[in-house]
Amino acid sequence: MSEKRRISLTVNGKAVEREVETRTHLADFLRHEIGLTGTHVGCEHGVCGACTVLVDGAAVRSCLMLAVQADGAAVTTVEGLARPDGTLHPLQTAFWEHHGLQCGFCTPGMLTSLAAYLEAHPNADEPDIRRAISGNICRCTGYQNIVAAALDAARVMREGR
Amino acid sequence: MKPAPFAYHDPRTLDDLVGILGQVENAKLLAGGQSLMPMLNMRYVIPDHVVDLNRIPELSHLAESDGLIEIGATVRQAALERSALIAARCPVMQEALGCVGHFQTRNRGTIGGSLSHLDPAAELPGIAALYDATLHVAGPRGRRDVAFADWGLSYMTPNLAPDEALIGLSLTPWREPHGAAFLEFARRHGDFAIVGVACLVALDGAGCVQRAAISLVGVDVKPVRLRAAEVAIAGVAPSAEVLAEVAAMARRLDCLSDTHVSAAYRQRLAATLTRRALALALARAGGGHDV
Repeated sequence: MSEKRRISLTVNGKAVEREVETRTHLADFLRHEIGLTGTHVGCEHGVCGACTVLVDGAAVRSCLMLAVQADGAAVTTVEGLARPDGTLHPLQTAFWEHHGLQCGFCTPGMLTSLAAYLEAHPNADEPDIRRAISGNICRCTGYQNIVAAALDAARVMREGR
Repeated sequence: MKPAPFAYHDPRTLDDLVGILGQVENAKLLAGGQSLMPMLNMRYVIPDHVVDLNRIPELSHLAESDGLIEIGATVRQAALERSALIAARCPVMQEALGCVGHFQTRNRGTIGGSLSHLDPAAELPGIAALYDATLHVAGPRGRRDVAFADWGLSYMTPNLAPDEALIGLSLTPWREPHGAAFLEFARRHGDFAIVGVACLVALDGAGCVQRAAISLVGVDVKPVRLRAAEVAIAGVAPSAEVLAEVAAMARRLDCLSDTHVSAAYRQRLAATLTRRALALALARAGGGHDV
């Protein structure tokens, strides 16, 4: 009785149409059906933040949404942050420069969360950023460099406006 | 950790929703999914049917009419956090929302989901209790309204039949000038509160309390109103002694005990947070000089 449905959405700007089991969550859909394994699945109950993607611009836990609920939506994953020509998002550059990642498992969720947050809060200061990533767990405990990278990216994004 | 198979329904109108609810058995309603999806992923719940409320536009209204704020069940927590209406009429809800999960979960989480899931420590049910909200329920036998005082039947069990859905709620914002505050203590920012306290207080021309509302979450299986204290301080000039008396009443509440936190510690938090939240609400009402 695994019910299926045809859905169409855009993922990183590309139109996608697939038949999915209705019980498939969005993170598994992106990884297994679309092959975008940048979205990481950590806890699968909404606590770790590693699976965060943007749905119609809003950062959400992709493990807490069914793929069928994204029918008609525009989804952006970590693979969609860089420009098509390969130019990195200011956050990606800053994470690289500030050593904002160690094992890299939390990084996709950190990047997508911060991309949405800084878009909405360009003048975010350090306490704001710490609060924004309070729902993203880094078990390497590399928060210091993640925050430094985010502050630097915020500055670059402001100057680029 | 994947949901067990279920039949998925995504009705487009309230009538269609009610029609489905009248036909299916062992169904779960899916709103923001921030509590249900973890339970599905971990197979704590294995429903035969999942009925998704997200494609029903009638459930996503947020407006003021006839002195009431009407909020549809699927209004997202993030939408309430950004709403100019809520900022103007019910700012204490936004203060509480700042403690609800994280911004990513608030982008999906809904007020109807919080009220129906009814976690003992959830913030939004405490706000519904504070305002004596009226909850609107629909099902195959028609519609009915439930006062928030009658909403929680027991632990995480709202006053909903298996074939009914919460479709919205109405709040009566306080018209007179007043102060409000929400404070909570949690182990980490974004966690459910161990104890949370919401207060509303209006002062009369002489600086005495005209009326007050105090609600606590986390202490019991459902939000608790500190009605005895509300009555006791009406007509009284606020002072440190009055605050201490109210705190002592909060400390006498019957509190839950669990593996993390004893009942005695919850009582202590209830007293401290009630005193602080009431003092803050009084200060915001313009009566902070003597407290």
